[in-house]
Amino acid sequence: MSDRPTRRERYERARRRRSVAIATVSTIVVVGALIILIPLTPGWERVRQAFFDGDVFIETFPGLLDAFWLDVRILLWSTPPILAVSLMIALARNTRSPALFPLRAFAVIFTDVLRGIPVILLVFLIGFGVPALGLSRTWANPLIWGSVTLVLSYSAYTAEIIRAGIEAVHESQRAGARSLGMTSSQTMRTIVLPQAFRKIVPPLMNTFVSLQKDVALVSLIGPVEILRQAGIDKATYANFTPYVAASLIFLALTIPCTRLADWALARQRARTGATTIA
Amino acid sequence: MRRSPTLRRIIPVIAVGALVLAACGSDDDASGSADDAVAPTDTDTGTDTGSGSGSGSGDAGPDCSSTIDDGVLTIATGEPAFFPWVIDDDPTTGQGFESAVAYAVATEMGYEGDAVVWTRTTFDEAIQPGAKSFDMNLQQYTITPERAENIDFSLPYFTANQAIVALEGSSAEGATTIADLKDVKFGAQVGTTSLAFITDVIQPTQEPFVYDDNVGAKAALEANQIDAAVFDLPTALYVSGVEIEGSAVVGQFPADAGGDTDQFGFVLEKDSALTACVDAAITTLTESGELDAITQEWMSDFTGAPVITVE
Repeated sequence: MSDRPTRRERYERARRRRSVAIATVSTIVVVGALIILIPLTPGWERVRQAFFDGDVFIETFPGLLDAFWLDVRILLWSTPPILAVSLMIALARNTRSPALFPLRAFAVIFTDVLRGIPVILLVFLIGFGVPALGLSRTWANPLIWGSVTLVLSYSAYTAEIIRAGIEAVHESQRAGARSLGMTSSQTMRTIVLPQAFRKIVPPLMNTFVSLQKDVALVSLIGPVEILRQAGIDKATYANFTPYVAASLIFLALTIPCTRLADWALARQRARTGATTIA
Repeated sequence: MRRSPTLRRIIPVIAVGALVLAACGSDDDASGSADDAVAPTDTDTGTDTGSGSGSGSGDAGPDCSSTIDDGVLTIATGEPAFFPWVIDDDPTTGQGFESAVAYAVATEMGYEGDAVVWTRTTFDEAIQPGAKSFDMNLQQYTITPERAENIDFSLPYFTANQAIVALEGSSAEGATTIADLKDVKFGAQVGTTSLAFITDVIQPTQEPFVYDDNVGAKAALEANQIDAAVFDLPTALYVSGVEIEGSAVVGQFPADAGGDTDQFGFVLEKDSALTACVDAAITTLTESGELDAITQEWMSDFTGAPVITVE
């Protein structure tokens, strides 16, 4: 075999070069047009002043970054319970013994109800409602009940993802394991779940990105995190620039996670042999 | 032999990046010149801070005709509008302090009866750029220089003191000086002078909680999440008397306690032609004593509370 490219390889390389050239030109045209045309609109000066004020940005950015740390902490302590609760709910839904029907029914009701109510309403209902029952100051803390709300709501979503993953494992895997003498729980633990989790990594990442943003809803019941801090700054300056600054801070966290999710998805496609059609 | 697919994908990205960088550069230039261009206008009109020259032009009668709908003055308030600012959430009756003030100002401006139309907006709608759905907006907007950068304020039509509402048995009960309030867990509404008052003047040891509206602060009081909430005095008296059972106004702070003085003004579009006209109307009403009379009529029940001293 010589190192010289074949005709086919030369042809394909030329085609690739052509694609790159077209993509570059079309991108330059579109972005260039946007940059030239938007400032020509009559309201641009007002919009620039209201959303992109450099002084307000510099003034508010450090405080927003500070407040974002609370979002990150809520995210970190909410994620492990979400995985644990959702796994239990998914397993409860997958039980097959007739005696466990009440457990299955509970799992169905849990996912239906908590997935069906907007998170924002749950935050109010649980965040103000439960402490009003007469809890002590320590236990009435809105951070606790805001986090509990996120855990309940996101467990319902995640349980459905896990269940889908479990059901995507072919029944023959289960049958094979049982015929080798494994118990039902051994089969689930060592055969079904490991395969299921490989399948659901991309949607789980997606849910995680979504949670990163919904953490901000905890601010509705008091704690000052980044969204609330941006609201305070917005009202102080009568200017929306703090919202733009907060968006940038959110993006700095969510974009790497989204990229990671995409990469996981691409890797899975490659592994399962699905081909990309241009 | 095959070239890495990543490289192919990256080239357009680099192109975009370069363009965006270039755009940012030119943006800065634009902002520089734009600010230069805007600055003189600000000093010319001089009414932006709400303390401007409206009074001087009162007699001549500034042009009050440039409303968004010809011959009609569109006034906005909140949704819902609360007692005692507007009675029964119906501003068209002229019942309630802000409703009465709005009609008095409108009359001075030459709009009476059917020529006054009401609409509702949120705080954000009042400050967002672009065309406005109202000529003037009143919902207890506090006049501050920062806000005046983006919107016009009229002269003030009311000055409110800050006050503390707490449930019986709260650690804020019986406070007579600000020092008594250091360890109190506070709550307030986002974007209000009350919140700035907590952080700037009271400076409690615990970070205050913040809510979208008074209803949130109320729920937090009832849920034992905060010890006390800060409102402007009329709202505090209403909230404690009508809305939250078992609560009371612990005290009010004197107007010179510090922080921004809570002066309420009409909000108008930035550089609105009507601002001078509204200012002139408010000046006339103040000088004639009519504004005082309206304040007496609607707010006299909303000024009594023990005073908390700063020292």
